[in-house]
Formats: sequence, C-alpha cells, structure tokens
Amino acid sequence: MTQSIVVQVGQCGNQIGCRFWDLALREHASTNKGGTFDEPLSSFFRNVDARYSEPLDIPVGRGREKICNLKARAVLVDMEEGVVSEILKGPLGDVFDHRQLITDVSGSGNNWAVGHMMYGSLYREQISEAIRRTAEMCDCLQCFFTLHSMGGGTGSGVGTFILNLLEEEYPEVYRFTTAVYPSAEDDVITSPYNSVLAMHQLTEHADCVLPIENQSLVDIFNMVNQAASKTSKISSTSKVKGGSTVTSDLGGIKGQEKPFDKMNNIVANLLLNLTSSSRFEGALNVDLNEITMNLVPFPKLHYLVSSLSPLYHLADVSLPLRKLDQMFSDAFTKEYQLISADPRHSLYLACALMVRGNVAVSDIRRNIDRLKPSLQFIHWNQEGWKTGLCSVPPVGQPYSLLALANNSCIRHTFTNLRDRFYKLYKRKAHLHHYTNVDGMEAGQFSQALESLTGLVKEYEQLEGTMGRVHEGAPRLQVAS
Amino acid sequence: MSLVTVQLGQCGNQIGGQLFTTVLEDAYGKGGLGCTKKENTLYQDAVLERFFNAEEPSGETRMSCSQQVTPTARAVMVDMEPKVIQQTIQEAKKSGKWHYCEKAQFCQKRGSGNNWAHGYSHHGPQARDAVMDIVQHEVEKCDRFGGFLSLMSLAGGTGSGVGAYLTECLREEYPHSFLVNQIVWPYGTGEVIVQNFNAALTLSHLYQSSDAIIIFENDNLHKICSQLLSIKNISFQDINSVISQELASVLQPATSADCCRTNLPGELLERLVPDPQYKLLNVRTIPHTSERALAFSSFTWPGLLKHLRQMLIANAGMEEGVDWQVKVQSRDRRLSSGDFTSSLANVLFLRGKQCETADTSPFSDPRLYSSWVPRDAAFSVFHQPRPFHSYEKYASLLSNSQSPVGPLGVLVGKAWNMFASRAYVHQYLKYGIAEEDFLDSFATLEQVINNYSNL
Repeated sequence: MTQSIVVQVGQCGNQIGCRFWDLALREHASTNKGGTFDEPLSSFFRNVDARYSEPLDIPVGRGREKICNLKARAVLVDMEEGVVSEILKGPLGDVFDHRQLITDVSGSGNNWAVGHMMYGSLYREQISEAIRRTAEMCDCLQCFFTLHSMGGGTGSGVGTFILNLLEEEYPEVYRFTTAVYPSAEDDVITSPYNSVLAMHQLTEHADCVLPIENQSLVDIFNMVNQAASKTSKISSTSKVKGGSTVTSDLGGIKGQEKPFDKMNNIVANLLLNLTSSSRFEGALNVDLNEITMNLVPFPKLHYLVSSLSPLYHLADVSLPLRKLDQMFSDAFTKEYQLISADPRHSLYLACALMVRGNVAVSDIRRNIDRLKPSLQFIHWNQEGWKTGLCSVPPVGQPYSLLALANNSCIRHTFTNLRDRFYKLYKRKAHLHHYTNVDGMEAGQFSQALESLTGLVKEYEQLEGTMGRVHEGAPRLQVAS
Repeated sequence: MSLVTVQLGQCGNQIGGQLFTTVLEDAYGKGGLGCTKKENTLYQDAVLERFFNAEEPSGETRMSCSQQVTPTARAVMVDMEPKVIQQTIQEAKKSGKWHYCEKAQFCQKRGSGNNWAHGYSHHGPQARDAVMDIVQHEVEKCDRFGGFLSLMSLAGGTGSGVGAYLTECLREEYPHSFLVNQIVWPYGTGEVIVQNFNAALTLSHLYQSSDAIIIFENDNLHKICSQLLSIKNISFQDINSVISQELASVLQPATSADCCRTNLPGELLERLVPDPQYKLLNVRTIPHTSERALAFSSFTWPGLLKHLRQMLIANAGMEEGVDWQVKVQSRDRRLSSGDFTSSLANVLFLRGKQCETADTSPFSDPRLYSSWVPRDAAFSVFHQPRPFHSYEKYASLLSNSQSPVGPLGVLVGKAWNMFASRAYVHQYLKYGIAEEDFLDSFATLEQVINNYSNL
C-alpha cells in the first residue's frame, strides 16, 4: 500500500485540509469498525504511541494492530498563525504533530512575491526538514497532494515554492495540486497577478492540477440546500442525511459554522474519491500514477476538470433513490463541476471515471456508450475513457462517481484569468509591491504571461481539430 | 506432465485463481458420474499432476485435524502492488479445496501505472532475479515439466510490460521449454486510454519470445455473458469464469484420436504453430449455457459441430448471431481474401458421451486451410469421454486462423494514429523507451497482419 502526504498551504489550503482530515477519519471509521490500524488507514495516517515526547511510530505490520493514536501524514504551512492555531485548538488538534507545522506571524499580504521569494527562502530549510521527516515515515511514498489557493499570497507563493522543492528533492513522487482559482468577483485585487505567477509554476512543476473555482462550489452548495429544503417541505423529519460526508461539517473547527466549510467539504470529497482506489480494494483499481498516465497526453496539458456526483443522499424514504444512470448523466452537466467550464461543447482529450460502491462493470460500459455520442473526443483518442471501480462506497451513499476530464474548455478559464491579469498589468498597477521584493524581477511577469498564453494556444490548437474529418496517418507498408 | 502457470498483473492473477478453481471443480464435479470410476480416478490424477502439487503440505497449511491438506497450485504470482495477490490467495484458501504457496509470489508496493515502459524497463529488471528464482522452484517441483502458461492482459502496465519482459527472461533461461501466453484483449471502448500502445508494444515483443499466444477478447466474452448466460450485471468475475472454462476445456486431459498422445502444450504447439510467423491462437467453445438452462437443453454432436464449424468460418465469437451466409469456397473461386476465415491449423476437443462417434470430417475440408499446409497436419481431434463440468457434450476448437486480423488491424490503426500525434509518448520516453521501439513494434505487427491476411 502506498502512502501520500498532504501539504496544505495558506488559509484556504489549511481550511480545506482540515475538512479533508475530518472526512477521511469519518470514512475510515465507518469501514474500519474494529479500530485496527490497517493498510487503507496507513495511506494517510500513521499510528503512534503518544506516551513518548517524540511519539513512537508503530508500523502497519500485518494490519491488525489496534489504533493507538493517529497522526496525519501532513505538513501545514501558513505565514500567519490564526488558521493553524484554530485547527490545533479544535477536535482535530491531536491528529497533527507539532513538528509538522510551519507558521509565521505577519502573513504574505496577498503578494505572490513575498510568499514565493521572501518566505520561500526564509523557511526553505524548515519546510524541507518537515517534509523529509514525514516522508521518512512512509514505507512507500507515492504522491504529494498540495492544497492552496491561487489568489492569495501564501497559498500561491509559498505553495508553488514548495512544489519546486518537491520536484527537486523527490522527483519520482507524483505531485497533485488542488488549486482554488479566484472567481471573477474576487475581493483580492491582486489575485490575477498571484494566479498567473503561480500558474507558471504549476504548468512547469506539477504532474497534475485540479483547478477549483469558488463560484462553482457556492452554486453546488446552493443546489444541495435547495433540494434539501424541498424535501423538508414534504416531510418535517427529513433532511439531508446526517452522517453524509457532503454536508456534515461538524468537527474540525470549534464554534460557529463558517461559510466556507460546506464548500470545502466538496473539495475534501474530491480528494477522498480520487484516492479511494489506491486505499481500498476493487475490481478495477486505479492508482494515482495511472491517472497521470492516462489523462496527460502532453506534458503541459495536465489541468483536469472535475465533477462529483451524487452530491447528496436524501434519506427520505418517500423519494426514490437517484438512479445509477442519473448519476452518470449528472457528472457531465455543468452544475456538478467544481470549476465553471463547458466541456460538452469543447474537445475532450481524455476522461476518467472513478466509481465507488456497488456498481457493475456493465453499468459503467452502458453509461459510457450512452453518453459518448453527445461528447466530442479528439480524433486520436476516440475511446479515451479510463474507468476505475472501487468496492467501498463513501459514507452515507451507496455509490458515487468522480469524473476527471482533460478538456480544452479549460482554456476559457485561463483566458479570463489572463484578461484580468492584463487589465492590471498594462497599467502597471500594484507592480511595485512585487518588484520591491528581493529576488523578484519584472521579467518574471512577462514570462508567466507568456507561459499562460502558450498553454491556451496549445489547447486552442487541439480544439481546432474538432469537427474536421481525419484520415488516419498512412500506415507502415510491409513487403509481402 | 505438469504446467507451471505464471500469473501477471491484476488480470493474470484474477484469471489464475479462477482457472485453478474451474479445473478442480471439473475434476471433482458431476462429470465423474458420466464415466467409470477408474476413468474418473485417472482423470483426477492427471488433472492434479498437471496443475497442482498434491503431495507437499507446505508449511503454511498447518491445519486443524478437521481439515485435510489441500493441493498447492503450480503457480507463480507477480504483481507490482500487493492488493490483488492477497485477495487471490485469500479466495483460494476460503474455498477450502486448494491453495497457493504463499512463497510463490512477487510483489512490489507501487504499481506500474498503466505504463508499459515502466513495467518493461523498470519493474521487469528489478523483478527478474526474484521471479526466476520462484519459477525455478516451481519447475523443480514438477516430475515432468510440460511448459509454461502465462496469464496476462494487454491493456495495463504490469501484465503487459512486466509480462513481456518476464516472457523474454523465461525464453532465455528455458530455451527448450514450451511457452504459451494467454492474453486478454481489452474492450474496444477503452478500459485504459493508452491500451493500444501497451497492447502493440506487448504483442510485438511476445511475438519474438513466446511459442503461441492465445487471445481472449473482452468484447466477445461480454457478449457471451449477456446473451448466452443471461447475466444481467456482468462483473469481471463472470468474464474470468468464461475464460477459465474455455481454457480448461483445452487444457484438461484428453487423448488424440489414435489414442497415443495427450493434449500437452508440446503436442498442441506441434500441430498448431507450423511456422513461427503465425502464432496467434484463439478458442471457440460450444455450448455456453447457464446452469438453469442446462437442465432443459440437450445437444447432439452433429448439431454442435455444425455450429462450431460455422463459427470458425464466419469468425463468430459465440454460437448466437452467427452469419450462416458465409460459405467455404475453393481457392480459385475466391474473389477477395475476406470471404470466410481461413485457417492454418485447427485442433478440436470433444468431451462427453460418445465423442468418438462424432463426425468431424467437415473440419478436415482442405478448402478451409491455407494451400501450403500439408493435408493431414492441418486438423486433429482429441477425445475425452468423461463429460466436462455439467455439460453432457462439450466441444472446443483451438485454432490458428485469420480471426485475429480484424481486431489487430483496428488496434494498430488506433495506436498508429495516437503515435502520429505523439500523444502520451512522453510518458513512455520517460522510462527509456525510444520512438524507434514504437516504430519497430508497429513494423512487426504490420508484418503479422500481412502474413495472416494472405493465408
């Protein structure tokens, strides 16, 4: 069983991370009734004997040891203390080892350069040390998950700095980044700068990026709420099922329910579903390295549009359970995507369906056949589907589906980002905040802009082949 | 004579588990009622010798007094991640009828990521020494060693990549042993996106080192499950059962018409692979019925054989939906080579009551075969009066014919298209496979297609 390490950076990254750990614990608690420290648990947690001041690591062994104390395989980084302190004060405090935390006091001021250049060089040793320690406690490390936002300073700056670091020190370990992109109405003025500068890093150094947009998460959350309130009109006792990992957000942070918590749950679910096949068994296992292998046809085009379904499980008996086929159709509608884009009218380069729960291979095939005619695939990848089947369903649901698509529609998101960037850049607005930082040059802006433009062009070129009739390339001739 | 089975990757291991169960179920099943006790015992002994180590109670089977020692499968399990092997071993133990030797496995922690190059250039060499060691142990346990049967898929990374590498190693270390590879051809509509690359690379490499390649196509098996066996929600287990049944019907003991040979790999290869350029074999069996329908069906040898022959000429994968319009014509009258499926050689297995009386002459029709094959060598029959499983009469045809040309052509076409756009190629180059290797593979396969088309 392979292990993965989660590196959560900045306010956004840490808040998502917090939800992720809470949901992961809940998921394992529901499948692992005996409280044994088994292989699936060891992929994200380690078992320690906390009686010692330096907790003693207890290996998995035959997978039958009782759980003593669980510690998450995580590194938490933030340049201001508020968020991380709150996490530590809450019920999840015990799950994190104090040596895995790296904090500073003053924050990055929404400035990528401060995060990447200044704090990066300042904390390089510490970060490297923390990661090394966590990595050493893994038997077989397969993947780093980095969580951060793109619009802020710490998440985008320090986050991408860490990405560079990981590529240098652990070149064989995959780097999956879950990045939250700023929506159009973002309240941080310099978010376009931060995002484009960070994008350049992601394009060069990440193996796979799952972009998320806040606006889509809000829409999804509203949709779930609406459906929940509809059913409550029918029956006063019904509500969205309590333990369901989609909506339940208690635990993790003490006190009032924060508005972003429900949205972060959705992202946490994404990560859980992504890793389910490498943790649990199934008829068709999809490991994380298979995802990069199958969904990334060209090195830079590694941005995947993700959609999750079903998003809620109504426990009300009077309403019929949503049919399996409906789940597949939903995953291909705009409302269920975590980023606002329109894959249906653009070109698919590849698509992966990760199914969990009691679903048969024939169901998946049937749905693929049903949905294929309405989707456009690039000519050399007409049957570009990767399917994975994990037998363990998520908590509170009989089955679920995560669809990851490498689709050219993402270029619109990037074009929007580039336009917003350009609006500021052509007036050189706020530039001095960046160039004043040691190590930052004006040339980096144009480099990042170029990289983004190049990326958009590559997608455009591929999309240009859509609709045209393609003759296959002439085959090799053999002497008879 | 014994066979050593090498199970590679998730697919190979899952099929392996199913195969051993099927073989034992047949040996100890209802078929025994259809023949004399002596014949039954002989059959069971032959099956045990062929697939299992009966005498050796391995250290792990420390049984309580209520349990007997169960036979150990002659198998080597290889996978790059541990989950599937563990599952397979557990299931075997749970059945209580046989088990695996737990030391006969090799696994790593990280998989091959559907990457043929990763499997071939990276994991293969790493695994070589340990796996060859285990293989040697298994071979030494055999009184008389009859050959290797490798089970693998084409689409993934381990079965295909590591499988291709290990087949080459086996060929090097055992140059005089028979090496048969059973491969699973993936669904046409993708299980893995880069499956065409993986398949093309694997096939071209296997062609150099293997003696024969038996092809099972997921699409055909799926149709058999849905249309003939009426299974509603088809799982891979169902498909693996069909594969195991078809394989078992070819590998279970049977004697040739002149009663002096048994159907061991050497015999089969001698008849089926006259020229090393033609190594692709496929299996067709009849009948396929679900347990429930079996009670209401009865079959006659003429009926079964007529269907089977038509299945061969019309290139049908199963007995339903066969095109009866296709007829055999003599060579000079054929306008194009695409009329009926020509064969190089066929071996027919008849299992069940009165199988010796069945008229198999339609299969010896010389028009069925390529002109350069000597008349009497093209077709042979093996009999086994003991019924197979619960089937009163069962016929299987192992053929070396033109049927793989269609799917192979499609596969090469798709892979070539993808290669022309250089999509995904960087993932392979990362692990030391160069573009020339791709081109070599394509060239080999185009040659194979050419050869078969001109039969």
